[in-house]
Amino acid sequence: MTQLALVIDLNVCVGCHACVTSCKEWNTSGWAGPLVDQNPYEGSPTGTFFNRVQTFEVGTFPNTETVHFPKSCLHCEEPPCVPVCPTGASYKRPDNGVVLVDYDKCIGCKYCSWACPYGARELDEQQKVMKKCTLCIDRITDAKLSERDRKPSCVLACPANARLFGDVHDPDSEVSIAIRERGGYQLMPEWGTKPANHYLPRQKTRMHIDPEELTRVDNPWRKEDLTDYTGEETLDDVAW
Amino acid sequence: MHPAFSVIFLTTLLGAGQGLYLAMVTGQLYAVARFLPAQADQFYAIGSLVALLLLIAGLGASFFHLGRPERAWRAAAMWRTSWLSREVIVLPIVMALVFAYGVAHWFGWTRPLFQVGAVLQVDLTLLLGVLGTIASLALFVCTAMIYAAVRFLQEWHTPLTVSNFLFLGAASGFMLAAAYSAYIGNPLVTFYGTWAVILTLVGLASRLAHLRRNARLKHKSTVQTAIGVRHANVVQKAQGATGGSFNTREFFHGRRQSLVERLRTVYLALVFPIPVLLIGLSYLIGSSNLPIIAFFVQFAGLLIERWSFFAEARHPQNLYYQSVA
Repeated sequence: MTQLALVIDLNVCVGCHACVTSCKEWNTSGWAGPLVDQNPYEGSPTGTFFNRVQTFEVGTFPNTETVHFPKSCLHCEEPPCVPVCPTGASYKRPDNGVVLVDYDKCIGCKYCSWACPYGARELDEQQKVMKKCTLCIDRITDAKLSERDRKPSCVLACPANARLFGDVHDPDSEVSIAIRERGGYQLMPEWGTKPANHYLPRQKTRMHIDPEELTRVDNPWRKEDLTDYTGEETLDDVAW
Repeated sequence: MHPAFSVIFLTTLLGAGQGLYLAMVTGQLYAVARFLPAQADQFYAIGSLVALLLLIAGLGASFFHLGRPERAWRAAAMWRTSWLSREVIVLPIVMALVFAYGVAHWFGWTRPLFQVGAVLQVDLTLLLGVLGTIASLALFVCTAMIYAAVRFLQEWHTPLTVSNFLFLGAASGFMLAAAYSAYIGNPLVTFYGTWAVILTLVGLASRLAHLRRNARLKHKSTVQTAIGVRHANVVQKAQGATGGSFNTREFFHGRRQSLVERLRTVYLALVFPIPVLLIGLSYLIGSSNLPIIAFFVQFAGLLIERWSFFAEARHPQNLYYQSVA
């Protein structure tokens, strides 16, 4: 079985929000209708987004680190939002594992959003139906697009290549190798939702230097030099 | 969680309606068993009508919760997995049985259909009453399980949610039955008042146990598991939006914690001791107004109780929406 998912590399995400804007641009222009905004040019702009980049600060000043954290639907393998839906509008596609909402069946009861611990679902305030990341289902299943373009909009937009896309059930896919070899992890594993999306941790390249490597404790001159010095000039005092 | 008025009125009105209907059937069962004098059929018919009106009002309130109420009929589809769907199916069944029970009494269709044992004459109203009672109890379970089944809301994910909905709903319904009896000058006010007090006290035990459990609750998720960074000090600096989002509107009550605590004291007083004292006082001075006041005081308290039920629940998604840069 195929399970499409994103792998997000927190090590290289720079928090530029290019994935957010490209997601919004693609998904507000599609056949499913706009992702509506309210007060877009006023004091308190708000609207529907599938993908948001959040920022967290780790540590205490001055030893802090800024973590930019892109968050969208994780396309759980055990999606808790699907069984609670009273109409069957929320479903998980059996062929590729993408969790979707049928906007024509959704009654806007918001129950699925209560049943998502990640806050991945947002009610569209104008269309009054629940919306969420589709992994750009209309791109990735469009056979008319070239192989290169058959990816979610956010993945194509990321300038740092922090977003990988592929089948996490295929052990040889780029995403599976990244998860396996670079410590990919899931969010809130305590709930058993088995998110398909994974995150790659921040990594630092450090060189370890022992004090012994800085001062030579086994100086052969010291060991073999048996002279008793009494203040006379030595070879070290000679200046040319 | 954001307490939506539609859901507050839905759950409290349904609770009172179901409770009043259960009170009518209980009264009839006592009369059948000859513990109480039999009432005129009209008494049960009007009581059922009031219960039906409350159920209709609750159903009406629920529509305000939906973004697309015109599609509400679709909600019966997923009864295999969704408690919300089950409620959508059971609610009309309860309404139909309450209506049928009231109609059967109104037209006096009380000729015994068959006899069980030597004395029990089973008529149509008794059959409908028993069926309606089963459906009504099932509706209490469905309504409460909508909340109790969401495991992410640990404050709700307990059988105490179900017992609260059941006993508080039944208490307000029996209180209404006492008020109704007092209003028409029926001596059953003592019977219903006593049951209302008993159910209120059971509800108090259940609600206090719930509060005690939640006060000691340890949340499973932390900001560390939310973003997967192992550090004791992780602080959110931006949430990806400056003007808020659905996530900040739906999952936060937006009030000060002191208000939540004050309202808890208010509803603990309005729902439990005050109605019990009013009922006790009405026995002593034989007042017919006090049971009516007791019902309205308790119902107002239950509205606040349901508000608090939502306000006290903390959703793990809030870990991602702690501050705006």
